[in-house]
Amino acid sequence: MANIIEMPKLSDTMTVGTLVKWLKQEGAVVKSGDILAEVETDKATMELECFFDGTILKIFAEAGAQVELGAPLCAVGKPGETVAVPAAPAKAPAAAAPAAPAPAPKPAAPAPTPVAHVAAAPAPAAPALAFGDRVKISPLAKKLAAELSVDPAAVQGSGPSGRIVRADIEAAAAGKSKISNLKSQMGGPSALAAPGAKGPIQVERTVAVSTMRGVIAKRLVESKTTIPHFYLEIEIDAEPLLNLREQLNKGLADAGVKLSVNDFILKGSAEALRRVPDVNAAWEGTQIRYLAAAHVSFAVALPDGLITPVVRDAHDKSIFQVSSEAKSLGKLAKDKKLKPDQFTGGTFCVSNLGMMGIPKFFPIINPPNAAILGVGATVTKPVVKNGQIVVGQTLTLTLSADHRVVDGAVGAQFLGALKAVLESPALLLV
Amino acid sequence: MAVLTYREAIRAALAEELARDENVVLLGEEVAQFHGAYKVSEGLLEKFGPDRIVDTPISEAGFIGMGVGASMLGIRPVMELMFWSFYSVAFDQILNNAANVRYMSGGLINCPIVIRGPANGGTNVGATHSHTPENVLANHPGVKVIVPATARDAKGLLKSAIRDNDPCFFLENTILYGEKGEVPDTEELIPLGLADVKRTGTDLTIVTYGRCVLHSLAAAEILEKDHDISVEVVDLRTIRPLDFDTVLASVKKTHRVLIVEEQKPFASVGSQLAYMIQREAFDELDGPIHRLATIDAPAIYSPPVETEQLPNVPRVLKAALAAVA
Repeated sequence: MANIIEMPKLSDTMTVGTLVKWLKQEGAVVKSGDILAEVETDKATMELECFFDGTILKIFAEAGAQVELGAPLCAVGKPGETVAVPAAPAKAPAAAAPAAPAPAPKPAAPAPTPVAHVAAAPAPAAPALAFGDRVKISPLAKKLAAELSVDPAAVQGSGPSGRIVRADIEAAAAGKSKISNLKSQMGGPSALAAPGAKGPIQVERTVAVSTMRGVIAKRLVESKTTIPHFYLEIEIDAEPLLNLREQLNKGLADAGVKLSVNDFILKGSAEALRRVPDVNAAWEGTQIRYLAAAHVSFAVALPDGLITPVVRDAHDKSIFQVSSEAKSLGKLAKDKKLKPDQFTGGTFCVSNLGMMGIPKFFPIINPPNAAILGVGATVTKPVVKNGQIVVGQTLTLTLSADHRVVDGAVGAQFLGALKAVLESPALLLV
Repeated sequence: MAVLTYREAIRAALAEELARDENVVLLGEEVAQFHGAYKVSEGLLEKFGPDRIVDTPISEAGFIGMGVGASMLGIRPVMELMFWSFYSVAFDQILNNAANVRYMSGGLINCPIVIRGPANGGTNVGATHSHTPENVLANHPGVKVIVPATARDAKGLLKSAIRDNDPCFFLENTILYGEKGEVPDTEELIPLGLADVKRTGTDLTIVTYGRCVLHSLAAAEILEKDHDISVEVVDLRTIRPLDFDTVLASVKKTHRVLIVEEQKPFASVGSQLAYMIQREAFDELDGPIHRLATIDAPAIYSPPVETEQLPNVPRVLKAALAAVA
């Protein structure tokens, strides 16, 4: 099925964008990362990046057209594919076509079941659809992909029905190590070459800065040069958290519950923000905005950058809701399918390098947030408990805060509150 | 090493054990005066006399029951079934009594009986004479199930079975009786529950047993020559106890599995293997576990159609290519 590219939200306040000009025309072969068009927002002219490989089958918006957010701009798919004309007008609201965004043809709706299974049986449709989106990969290839830091989503499978098998991952890893380390995900094995191998470590070349990399560069330079960062760190006893997590994951395994440490950190952060709401704020030049809801974002690494999906109203959600939302947002992020409202509007950010073994680090604030939390690895080490040296599990949390909004004492209160809830993690279940 | 037929190897095992232990006896339909329906026991009556080589009536429930009782009292009977297909006539004696007597007696009574005979299709003897009940037998805790593929394995495993204190079910194959193979001149006891890697390879593991070992080895040669696919053939030899360690080691090496069995596919030995492999080696699998079994129907009488119903070399080839895709 062809992918419909819609007008993205390119700034927080944008509602319409002007399609300045098309850089690719109908029939052009495009690949992920290509720039399709220039779009002018209320703030700037920006590039519209393609996230798919294929051919531009149809252009819906002419150059110069004002296009509402979410309205279709063009369709990318296989040559010869027919494109259902999506709803929503490209130009003015004048040609109001009825909103019907080309839904997948539905099988005839099953007649309501007579008597029997009234209570149970959730509609089977949803899981079936979800299954179609899965990457088909053999268990061995999946394990290997993780070991070699290959993103299976970017690999073409050669097995039956396009299943990714071991050879595909090995080929992808070999190709990757030949071309570059830049593309390998952060911290992945930098090269597969044998130790002691002679010759260049990679091919010298220049790579054009992608839209995502450009945005990252711009925002982080702005953050680090204009925000007076200060840094706090605190070590917590992670044992209660790890124990509770294990109990919940074991006890609720049948219900499909699989909480990560990060889920507890996300929910814990929301709870700490509730207790110390001064951190849930934004600097606006002549005023400070204190925000009513804790929208907690978290950094997800992508092959060519990172993105921060947002768990909205995390303070009002159970840890199980936070966990399942974070999981699905993380997957969407990796597939580059996040919608703008899923990665904008966060009020506080969590960055976690614990799974990569980093004990602690100080991330750069993600504006307009007033602070960002850095989460390190769980470390097994000697600790003093009740006057005895025993083996403990510790976790170091750091806070990078904007001193214009948050003072040292407030930052310390926040980390104290976070330590308190994470060391008594049952509090996060109520 | 001497080259013996599978038939001669079984006969040699019987003769050696009859000579070694006076409690070993051979009973069955026509085992004595007619020298066995497949001539396995040729010469044994003359050598060991009518007290030890005994013809029985055509009554499996009766003579198997007699053997079960004798084994409880210290005799080591080897019972020949003209066809394993008729084990079902003696089902209660074999799988209710023999299989359970040690447990039911609190460990006081052993049942060191061996029941042997052919269990195979492929000879156009029809649906009621072509059963392969190793899966049914192996479903019962307390028993041992042996399906040898070669002359050497048949001899070494039968000798171990006769000396074993559990009921041992030894499933032969009428088509293999004439197959020749090297057998060591010195006495060899092959332990029950030990698989044998009949061919080493790196791309695909074929787990198999019985006559299908021969099909698999022949297919492996062709796969090597024509398709550059290196196949490892694991011969289970004993279905229960099952040497799963050897299977697992091979799967971890090749990451692809094909099970080949002369079994109806539903709830077969291969079904059990597939469960165990995915359970213990999920992350090692680079594709689904494939299985080639007998086509699910009563044994077909028509000779050309029965050939296609059973695993054969072309079917193994086709299944192997699918398993490495």
